Amino acid sequence: MRIVVLLKPVPDPGEERLGADGRLDRSVSPVINGNDEYVLEAALKLVEAGGGEITLLSMAPAGVTDPIRKALAMGATRAVLVSDPALAGACTWTTVQVLAAALRTLEFDLVVAGIDTSDGGGGVVAAGIATLLELPYLSNARRIEPFEGGVRVERLSPAGHDLLEASLPAIVSGTQLLGEPRYPSLRGIMGARSKEIAVRTLADIGLADRPVGGAHATTAMLDARPPASRGSTRVVRDLEPAAAAAAIVDFLVERRAL
Amino acid sequence: MGGIWVVGEVDASGALTKLSAEAATAARALGEAGHLDVTGLIVAAEPDRAAASLATFLPVVLAVRAPEAMDCPAAAVVAARVAALAGAAEQPPAWFVLGASPDGRDLAGVLSALLEIGVLVGATGLAWGDAADGVPAGPRVEMQPFGGRLLTTSGFTGDRGIILLRPNMVAAEPLAAPGRVEERSVEAVTDPPAVRVVERVAAEAAGPSIEEARVIVSGGRGVGGPEGFAGLRELAGLLGGAVGATRAAVDAGWIDYATQIGQTGKTVKPAIYLAFGVSGAIQHKVGMQTAETIVAVNRDPDAPIGEFADLFLIADLATVVPALIAALRARTG
Repeated sequence: MRIVVLLKPVPDPGEERLGADGRLDRSVSPVINGNDEYVLEAALKLVEAGGGEITLLSMAPAGVTDPIRKALAMGATRAVLVSDPALAGACTWTTVQVLAAALRTLEFDLVVAGIDTSDGGGGVVAAGIATLLELPYLSNARRIEPFEGGVRVERLSPAGHDLLEASLPAIVSGTQLLGEPRYPSLRGIMGARSKEIAVRTLADIGLADRPVGGAHATTAMLDARPPASRGSTRVVRDLEPAAAAAAIVDFLVERRAL
Repeated sequence: MGGIWVVGEVDASGALTKLSAEAATAARALGEAGHLDVTGLIVAAEPDRAAASLATFLPVVLAVRAPEAMDCPAAAVVAARVAALAGAAEQPPAWFVLGASPDGRDLAGVLSALLEIGVLVGATGLAWGDAADGVPAGPRVEMQPFGGRLLTTSGFTGDRGIILLRPNMVAAEPLAAPGRVEERSVEAVTDPPAVRVVERVAAEAAGPSIEEARVIVSGGRGVGGPEGFAGLRELAGLLGGAVGATRAAVDAGWIDYATQIGQTGKTVKPAIYLAFGVSGAIQHKVGMQTAETIVAVNRDPDAPIGEFADLFLIADLATVVPALIAALRARTG
């Protein structure tokens, strides 16, 4: 099976900051977006079990390749990085169009993506891509199981889960329940050095004259400020259990929470 | 100028979700501030009940019967009908306000691509802004990115857009008198999605959703095992809240993933967050640090949660939890 993994390099959670231009500084300790690691692991297992290859597809600034190199070391076959100065400040609608256009240049049976991203992306991109490419979209997967010509997905629902089926090619977004991602082996790390990261510009994917990128962003951040400080912590220690419980109750009453 | 559309979400029983009522209330305030009409939409196999509920919050609700919603995931079905209605409307909608649930996110993604408009995800507040701040007059959307370490205000650069509102940001307030429901019939703009629901499986005991709970009693590695969560469930019951967990507790198999709070789980903003045996690692912190009041019980005086909790008890939760249950029982009699 030919699988494309949508992989987003994000700043390490907790380290995010705005750059001088007021945009998210994407050069700060980039890592693989947490939920993307789970779908990558699921893709690796599918290929190990049934054969095939994995192409990573990312949209990121040209210098942000460490997370992609790590995913190659985990076992992906190759990577395509869409990178163009015009994409700085892109909105989600641009991201949808860019990744859809890049997918049109690739051959695949299945596309997998993390259910959301830790840097503020809200988990709407995969659904948009599926719509533009007119592909079946199966979201919130906790299990992905291919069968002849199709894919079966257990989708988390508010009440439990739904069992979904679609023909291939299809797009699946997945969660942590797909399973713990592996660590790259030493051999994988060595091997990743010679794997290809093909860099594509907007022109390369046929979007040179389209209204995409930072200059055409549909949304704009107008103001950013730090939240109000939480105030100091009240520390209580060396109490008997009943006194500790009373301290909690008193505090909740004081905060008008009881 | 076009109005504001609120697309309501229907749960498995056919009822309107609480988050949809919150989105309707937020949209109504936005409409008043921007002098725009607000219209509700329900697209479902059986829309009547949810449409009547949504009409308690909005003056006009359009109900669309979509039989294919029985056998397909909701978002693509709903989006195709909503896009068709938008295309046919005398006054096409300018702004959509949706709940940021899993289905709401899917719907926003599909709708964004069908209508070619932008999305602002994870709104914690809405206001109306005039053109003075650099973008055209329209909604101003407050968000709390970076796990709440930043507060931002964003707007749309054009005259249309989709807003996804987080749960629990607005208290749902009905209208003084309910609005009216109008049935509409419209063909979908796209074929039904080629995704089939083979089976819908209900979990054994689905408690209240942690995203909507006012009180969360959460446990981490320090809880020690699945039996430790029994005490936390009892506490949550006494406080009218829900049980949450860290990834360590979920990975250990002590409790369900649906309860996981943090980077790859849910983001919550309850009034009270009681954390037992939770170290407060950054991956967890980003999902809960905007809780109004945080109380932490941990044996380790150096646990990071001690740096941002409002009350930090250095104590053994194994003895504190039963004592707290007893104290709460004594209060309620």
